[in-house]
Amino acid sequence: MTAAILPALYLLAAASFILAIKWMNSPATARRGVFVGEAGMILAVIGTLLRYEVVSYQWIFIAFLLGSAIGVPLAYLMPMTAVPQRTAISHAFGALASALIGTAEYYRETPHGFIMGALVLEMLLGFLTFTASLMAFGKLQEILPTRPITYKGQNFVNLGLFGLAAAIGIALILSPEQTWLFPIFVVLSLLFGVLLIIPIGGADMPTVIALLNSYAGLSASAMGFALDNRLLIVAGALDGSSGFILAIIMCRAMNRSFSNVLFGAFGQLQTTAEKTAARPVRSASPEEAAEILDSARSVIVIPGYGMAVAQAQHKLREMFDVLSRRGVDVRFAIHPVAGRMPGHMNVLLAEADVPYDKLVEMDEINGEFVMADVALVIGANDVVNPAAQNDKNSPIAGMPILEAYKARSVMVIKRSMSPGFAGIDNELYYMENTLMLFGDAKTFVASIVKELGALARA
Amino acid sequence: MNSWEFDLWVFMLAAFLGFELIRRVSPLLHTPLMSLTNAISAISVVGAILITGASDASMLSRTLGFIAVLAATINLVSGYLITDRMLRMFKKREPGKQ
Repeated sequence: MTAAILPALYLLAAASFILAIKWMNSPATARRGVFVGEAGMILAVIGTLLRYEVVSYQWIFIAFLLGSAIGVPLAYLMPMTAVPQRTAISHAFGALASALIGTAEYYRETPHGFIMGALVLEMLLGFLTFTASLMAFGKLQEILPTRPITYKGQNFVNLGLFGLAAAIGIALILSPEQTWLFPIFVVLSLLFGVLLIIPIGGADMPTVIALLNSYAGLSASAMGFALDNRLLIVAGALDGSSGFILAIIMCRAMNRSFSNVLFGAFGQLQTTAEKTAARPVRSASPEEAAEILDSARSVIVIPGYGMAVAQAQHKLREMFDVLSRRGVDVRFAIHPVAGRMPGHMNVLLAEADVPYDKLVEMDEINGEFVMADVALVIGANDVVNPAAQNDKNSPIAGMPILEAYKARSVMVIKRSMSPGFAGIDNELYYMENTLMLFGDAKTFVASIVKELGALARA
Repeated sequence: MNSWEFDLWVFMLAAFLGFELIRRVSPLLHTPLMSLTNAISAISVVGAILITGASDASMLSRTLGFIAVLAATINLVSGYLITDRMLRMFKKREPGKQ
């Protein structure tokens, strides 16, 4: 009886995961997707607990309780600005789980052939993703230095280490009885994960997080091969392809290749490249900015990571409200790599109650800048740098940008004239129709809101 | 057909299905998508349960399995809950605010 039900539970679980991802295609159905995903997970867990091999329950239930006790507060207390860190740490947990299962399986069965191959792949991906995700977490949380750390021969060391780990992995597949090789394999995989992230800087985080997402999924899929469990294979493959696609989208949005992101150590090279004398810029006060915004018909706001750092999204929403009431059309232009993970800006603005139909993708909004009266850049830099289009020698040449420079007037909220992540000067700041608004993003937007209120009363 | 050969077919088809599905997800929802797929990959809890609950489990494999169930459960619970929390924030219009 149960022999017939259990495979059916797994099959249903796999179908629910597929539906869950399918329903993520629109905000209208997405919550339904989460619900069906939860249902699938419950079916899978019940289906596993009922299997005849599972005889001892106490440790499983203690882990369930403890895990929920940690997971629930983690989900509800985590501020939305910390979502990139949370995502990184959850990749670490997922990868750790599958690496440890692989380890336990190796010591229990010492399997041969194809299964050992799957186990080695599972553990390699699992262990390296574990430490890499911890490193990414450290960088995002700013426990570790966020700037890329590079040294001579770095790529050589990294590739050499990976080659060594892979070679020992292959040796283990050929003769699994050589148990002394196993700890070396584990240590090398862990070490490779650390070294992989050291040269990665903040602006590359969206790609790297997506890639780690993919590795964690592939590791789970490899576990499916080792345990001959098709539910694991399907769920892992879905996760793996999801992370992979997101990583490709991020790379395309920066006009860079995977290898360039992982081994390029962007941003370190040009730190001293542009030491030109200070060029004149025009700056404006909150009053002036408010007047310009108030007389505009169409405003496009371009948020970047600086907005998240300054926590300016709520003040920005107030500005959006005031301007909307005054009949100004305000929209937000979202660059795919704005922020520290895919979709980061959307979540922050949605949290601040900006309606999501006002959040517009790059390809859709770029044609609209010519008709916009004001482009307001807040905490973004490289994604609006015209050098990407005009200067063939620029490090960001060819990167798709938001064409803010086409707007009638441009306003840039910025702390100082220091260059952005890529360390390149931004031509946009020196244009005739550009006004620099110097100050903290949150305070400055708050002053604009105040001035707009005064204008409304006048 | 060997069992592993069959498994490879399943993997290949699931990966392509994944590509097609994810391509259709609006960039608006890329962050919740990532936390959802992360929660789904906590399916490794299945493997962890099988290791931890086995009758012949040694001390080592039970310990490793316990940590694995714990880590996967944290992901599973927090992943689904935070995805839902994010999605609740995506609203088309604020009622009564305009």
